[in-house]
Amino acid sequence: MLFFTRWKAVAILLTAFVVCLCAVPNFFPESKVKNWPAWAQRHVVLGLDLQGGSHLLLEVDTAAVRKERLQSLADDVLRVLRQARIPFTGRSIVGNGVQVHVTKDTDVDNAMVKLKELSTPLSGILGASGQFSLDISQNGGTITLTPSDAALTERIRQAVDQSIQIIERRVNELGLVEPTIQREGVDRILVQVPGLQDPTRLKDILGKTAKLDFRMVDVSMTPEQAEQTHPPADSELLDGEGGAKYLIEKRVMVSGADLTDAQPGFDQRDSQPIVSFKFNSNGARKFAEATQANVGKPFAIVLDNKVIEAPVIREPILGGAGQISGRFTVQQVNDLSILLRAGALPAPLTIIEERTVGPGLGQDSIVAGEHAAYAGAALVIIFMFVTYGLFGLFANIAVAVNVAMIFGVLSLLSATLTLPGIAGIVLTVGIAVDSNVLIYERIREEVRGGRSAINAIDAGFTRALATILDSNITTFIAAAVLFYIGTGPVRGFAVTLGVGILTSLFTAFTLTRLIVAYWVRMWRPRTVPI
Amino acid sequence: MRLLRIVPDDTKFDFMRFRRISFPISAILSIVAISLYFFHGLNFGIDFIGGTLMEVQTKAGPADLSKMRATIEGLKLGDFQLQQFGAPDDVLIRISEQPGGDQAQQQAVQKVRDALGDEVDYRRVEVVGPSVSTELLAYGTIGLMLAIGAILIYLWFRFEWQFALGAMIANVHDLVLTVGFMSLTHIDFDLTSIAALLTILGYSLNDTVVIYDRIREMLRRYKRLSMPDLLNLSINATLSRSIVTHVTVAMSLLALLLFGGQAIHSFTATMMFGVVLVGTYTSVFIASPILIYLGVGTGRMGEQEEPEPEPEPTKAPATTTPARRVRARGQ
Repeated sequence: MLFFTRWKAVAILLTAFVVCLCAVPNFFPESKVKNWPAWAQRHVVLGLDLQGGSHLLLEVDTAAVRKERLQSLADDVLRVLRQARIPFTGRSIVGNGVQVHVTKDTDVDNAMVKLKELSTPLSGILGASGQFSLDISQNGGTITLTPSDAALTERIRQAVDQSIQIIERRVNELGLVEPTIQREGVDRILVQVPGLQDPTRLKDILGKTAKLDFRMVDVSMTPEQAEQTHPPADSELLDGEGGAKYLIEKRVMVSGADLTDAQPGFDQRDSQPIVSFKFNSNGARKFAEATQANVGKPFAIVLDNKVIEAPVIREPILGGAGQISGRFTVQQVNDLSILLRAGALPAPLTIIEERTVGPGLGQDSIVAGEHAAYAGAALVIIFMFVTYGLFGLFANIAVAVNVAMIFGVLSLLSATLTLPGIAGIVLTVGIAVDSNVLIYERIREEVRGGRSAINAIDAGFTRALATILDSNITTFIAAAVLFYIGTGPVRGFAVTLGVGILTSLFTAFTLTRLIVAYWVRMWRPRTVPI
Repeated sequence: MRLLRIVPDDTKFDFMRFRRISFPISAILSIVAISLYFFHGLNFGIDFIGGTLMEVQTKAGPADLSKMRATIEGLKLGDFQLQQFGAPDDVLIRISEQPGGDQAQQQAVQKVRDALGDEVDYRRVEVVGPSVSTELLAYGTIGLMLAIGAILIYLWFRFEWQFALGAMIANVHDLVLTVGFMSLTHIDFDLTSIAALLTILGYSLNDTVVIYDRIREMLRRYKRLSMPDLLNLSINATLSRSIVTHVTVAMSLLALLLFGGQAIHSFTATMMFGVVLVGTYTSVFIASPILIYLGVGTGRMGEQEEPEPEPEPTKAPATTTPARRVRARGQ
């Protein structure tokens, strides 16, 4: 147990040294580390609870994604049947599907063929999965089209991916530093912004779908009439500013997706804040055609199903540019132009969890963590020295290397250090010495059992190491489970605890043994000084 | 230099004698803890019941709690609590979950922010919606069960099943007492509490495993020793280590408790109770004697039999570790 070949000793020392070295970037300011080679830059990231910042967990409204899928399916059915000149009635969304009744029995087979073209094969992991995007069933003249679960799941996944991209653009437009945006589970997105103290504006920006449409106002009846009777099938009643109601056509002339740019500005006539925008060529052409055909009629700018304004088209707008002038504040036009530039979310987002830590508390926590770490380390080091003397000193060296190695491993993993994480390190100091305590107590026992010094040391290591392994694995299992279920600060604790167990196993099995082995070789002791 | 010996060499305490006292005491304490849980309840934090938690610091002097209370009262947000948190200018505001789903929670926060305005610094704002809180509670519970299951299986592989079961009974007892402690002291029960409970589980088991390892070794070495004597011998042999280790862990925890700040205060207090107080007691007075009742060593000679003299330390080469292969079979 006390014999090391030369290369083995070198390997142990080298491993410990290299891992410790990985901790070095943490002790230099970020500005300096940036100039180092990329492989040397990895360092521990401070958690939001230490550096301050906002953590927002958003949920994509999957019900809305489903609803929109059904709506577009209903539109497709209309288009296909009209193109094929098949008369039908009762096209409606029923439960999870779209139902349509083909009027003439002779058309049913033809309709089935045409509608089946809407269903596309889904790709699995290995090419085609044999599944289709629609389940189509027929009962007499009634045909039901239901999007398959796999297709809906895929649609939701796409919606989340798309949302992430748009959130990234919006957050970047706000000029926030080093945001983290990532998917969580199936339909959630985690947004973390270090250093953000008041997330009110960010929440505002993220909470808006920003779906912008240019549509015609339906002038076939007044909104009041529509409210009392029933709006025409192709129009709907929408709210405007100050409780006003508008009857707006469902058909979209140009959508916000055709915008290339949006900038805040001021109206030259009355100095009111406005957003001026530019269409891409496709949007410009569509807008020109629509305005040419409708001179003298009102159109509406609709944002998230709310009418912002409904001006009358005085002349065709051919330049592909325009402006939106609701009754906005400067802040509102700034936000609106950010939203329009970043694009619309495919589905609304809801904030389901928020955790914001101010920089003051973060700084206090760092200081508290440091003090606790120094105090804990000092107490343990003194106690170990008083209890085991020279061997206590060996243990203290092992513990110091241990802590350095924890930082090294955390840096390699680019792990996040949280306040509970610091607690985990402080606790590891207490636990890491346990390996040494187990070994030393066993040596004391073996000495009492009548063994010679070297023999007792050897036996002490052999017997204690089996126990150390057994007892640490139980704690490691607890840490692993904690890592799996925990989030944020708690996960930080699990990481430092787990890494601490691994490094303390390493030092117990190699470093402590090596130090003691060298000491034995140098001094050839007759008694063990513990 | 004379080194410190907290525990003198070769102690011969008769720990097993206490099992007729420790078992009833633990049973009573467990019942008390469980009734505390059911009748006194836990102070569930927003992680598990949803709602809003704000830590604010007044900018001008100590906080006027009654004025702040009146301000928030006026917002009609249902149940809320104000509490001084550490310093006199630091206030913790807790608002219960608002009816109306995830969005309603956000509106409540905005109302409080608007009402308190610029008079305070927002040191921490945490909002947990109903969908997240239900999940976190489920995850926490599943996590604890998972950990207990995984460790049980691990111990079963490494020891006989009686040991695995004994360790589990002992350490679930630890968790029960700790939960009772949390109920009694009204410490916040949140995600970090689950972390504390899992850590307590890990460390208490760590301690138990060290003693069990020794028991297994002794079972192999002393074939004729009666079970209570053998357990006493094992506990006494590891006593010094247990004490020294717990002193170092207690020192680490004490440092965290004194200097670690308010944010992890309940976390460390819970661990202090669970690891240092309960964990040590359990390993010695519950986990070890329970092996007798679980039938380890039932086939052994009666207590009147003279114990075999201690054999000379084996001179076998140290590289072979019989403890790893030979399993203790109480015969």
